[in-house]
Amino acid sequence: MNDAPLNDPRFPGLRRRGFLAAAGGAAGLGALALTGCGGSGPSAGDSHKGDGKPRRGGRLRAAFAGGGASETLDPHLSNLFADVARAKALFDKLADYGPDLSAQPRLASAWESNAGLDRWKVTLREATFHDGKPVTAQDVLHSYRRITDPKKAFRAKASLEPIDLRASRALDARTVEFTLKRPTAEFPNVLAAFGAYIIPDGAQDFDRNPVGSGPFRFVSFAPGRSAVLKRNDAYWDGAPHLDELEFIVANEESARVNALLGGQIEYAHELNPTTARAHEGKGQIEIVRLRNSAMQSFAMKTDRPPFDDKRVREAFFLIADREELVDGALSGAGEIGNDLFGKGYAYYAEGLPQREQDLDRAKALLKEAGAEHLEVTLDTSPVAAGFTEAATIFRDQAAKAGVTITVKSGSKDSYWKDILDSGTLCSYRSGAMPIEAHISQRLLTGSTTNATKWQHKDFDALYQQAQSTRAEADRAAVYARMQRRLHAEGGFLVWGFADWILGTAPAVRGVETKAPANSLDWARFDKVWLA
Amino acid sequence: MSGLRSWIARRLLLGVGQTAAVVLLVFALTEALPGDAAVALAGDQPDPARIAAIREAMELDRPAHERLADWAAGLSRGDFGTSLASGRPVSTYIADGFGPTVLLALLTVALLVPVGVGLGVLAARHEGRRVDRLVSSVTLGVYAVPEFAFGVLLITVFALRLGWLPPTAVGYGTDLLAHPAALVLPVLVLLSRPVCSLARLVRAGMIDALASPYVAQAHRYGIRGARVRYAHALPNAIAPAAQQLARTVDWLLCGVIVVEALYVIPGLGTVLMNAVAERDVPVVQGLAVVFGLATVVLNLGADLVARRFAPRAGVAA
Repeated sequence: MNDAPLNDPRFPGLRRRGFLAAAGGAAGLGALALTGCGGSGPSAGDSHKGDGKPRRGGRLRAAFAGGGASETLDPHLSNLFADVARAKALFDKLADYGPDLSAQPRLASAWESNAGLDRWKVTLREATFHDGKPVTAQDVLHSYRRITDPKKAFRAKASLEPIDLRASRALDARTVEFTLKRPTAEFPNVLAAFGAYIIPDGAQDFDRNPVGSGPFRFVSFAPGRSAVLKRNDAYWDGAPHLDELEFIVANEESARVNALLGGQIEYAHELNPTTARAHEGKGQIEIVRLRNSAMQSFAMKTDRPPFDDKRVREAFFLIADREELVDGALSGAGEIGNDLFGKGYAYYAEGLPQREQDLDRAKALLKEAGAEHLEVTLDTSPVAAGFTEAATIFRDQAAKAGVTITVKSGSKDSYWKDILDSGTLCSYRSGAMPIEAHISQRLLTGSTTNATKWQHKDFDALYQQAQSTRAEADRAAVYARMQRRLHAEGGFLVWGFADWILGTAPAVRGVETKAPANSLDWARFDKVWLA
Repeated sequence: MSGLRSWIARRLLLGVGQTAAVVLLVFALTEALPGDAAVALAGDQPDPARIAAIREAMELDRPAHERLADWAAGLSRGDFGTSLASGRPVSTYIADGFGPTVLLALLTVALLVPVGVGLGVLAARHEGRRVDRLVSSVTLGVYAVPEFAFGVLLITVFALRLGWLPPTAVGYGTDLLAHPAALVLPVLVLLSRPVCSLARLVRAGMIDALASPYVAQAHRYGIRGARVRYAHALPNAIAPAAQQLARTVDWLLCGVIVVEALYVIPGLGTVLMNAVAERDVPVVQGLAVVFGLATVVLNLGADLVARRFAPRAGVAA
């Protein structure tokens, strides 16, 4: 569920929305995390040109690839980056993800668990909705019940699955007691889950008058065109500097760049590496690179030949020349991966040796496995930037080890479903989310989107052990064990992490640069000002 | 004129039949695409249970012929149905996207006729001389450039380098008329290829007409050159061009998709592309009806014009 959208080229040259999180991409085309606490807002040192005293006033126009005429302001229906950017301006979550994808308190000011980690008391800060009513425990329960409505298919439903909402209750106006179905040490990640926004109790018309507790209030909305918002002076985290914020939908990357260059907008989301290179340091526009935003990988199905033999998987790890993939498929806008998700995030196993290409060892492993002259089909699609390029580069690398890869390009609109159960090898990517969420959504026997078919009872048990471990250091040790195993014989060949590239007008200040796509400070405009 | 009337009636009936066939074909093709609206909506989170729930909510679990019959029944009441992706009425999609697209199309056609005909006549008058060679080679050259590339080129030169015009229509919504400067480049891109094909057709027709015995006869009567050209030769040259003009309407639709994306104009082309990607069948079908009827009516108009100007060409009904 926490996926980052990447774009989808609707036709060559037209890049569109991407999905936010899990697997994919703009079109097409976000996830969050928590850490310590309290603080929010970029500190001056980290943000792009963040020095100087913030000036109040002005209107910022931000262009995103979006969902066209079917867009909605219902925060629980968020699917695309544009949806999330609008949702986070109007609404808040109880927690959100810091730069290392750990949960940071937002509407919740504190949380504590019982000894068994299956009952959590969450205290709400004093905050009000745009209509002046306070945010209460009842609103929180209402929001979560709406998301998990069995008749609906809200994206955050799977993230909230650990909560037993029938047994959860409001202890008082500002305290919620969540009863969980099982011990969940990382419960704050659930509060920060993609799309888990808090809305006031009762029905509301999201398209005509959405009421949230976020930093901006609603002014107007034309689906597929623009959404205009204004400052919420009563915002609990400090009133925004901007008078007004306008979200504009422009699905074509070149249109976003041209509008930015022409002074028609001040912020352009999701630019190509080539665009960034052309304008970096030229002074016309500022280029912001958000590191570690999108995992780029090939997913091997570990339950079927040839990848049910871990020697074949290791051989594939050794076939990849990661620098060549990053340079070729991402135009250098990224860094190499080490076959593990979550570089730079909390619990990431930094200490494992970086895997290098070793064709002789790969050939020897294939021979040992009786898989010489192996022929494999690699499923890909133009659903995400760099997919088809990476596939052809990897095909050529594999040829050097005597492996014949046939690249097969499929429909981008149904790609993620198509590769979930069929095929043996496919292009895969993921937006930022906590490592724990990556494991629970994709690497457990019961995971709903287990594209590598990694189903091991002992691995499931390790995950449960981590979730039942109170002390963070002990938990980190369990995560390290899981990652060592994935690094040695997992199904994800993680070859890189793509930067997320933004462009801003020179006058824009306070854009956080250390904020992977889907984290709290990404696409956040309440701390931005116009110099 | 009763012959003409029955001809028009026949053509209209045929057109309705053709539109129905198009709608059926579009429905079949959309159904045949991999995935459906539920899959497209689930996107990168294709949890099977979630897809099943979306499918049920959208009533996609019902057989295709039932859904089509329901939609057709609604259409006969003037109800285009509701979007699967948003639950909003399809008519709002069409109404919202209609304005910008029709504005672009009308502006394009309004300029296309004088510019195309003018260039064609100019080239025909100077057949084989330098002006003719210049017009012919430029029109051929521009025709060879894909709209997308041409659009990018125009933006780079006129908007970003020279700063004369806005690079996109970002933020103007549907109120494009209030920002005429933003319309210049999109209309230029839309004009680029049809002008070329029309000019070349008019040139060929004019050269034939100018060489014809009746033009020679008119000259012998001492009628002035301009009058011969425009009153006697041009009508005969226009017939194939009028029909070509109607054909460009289908082309305009493709051009509009590119231009809308490039200049961020929220029209029907954008709606169509999104609807196909979202497998939003009711919206795709509603647009198919609109585009089908528009094509039928425009072609009928073109054939009427051709009949009027060149009855001897024997326009087929």
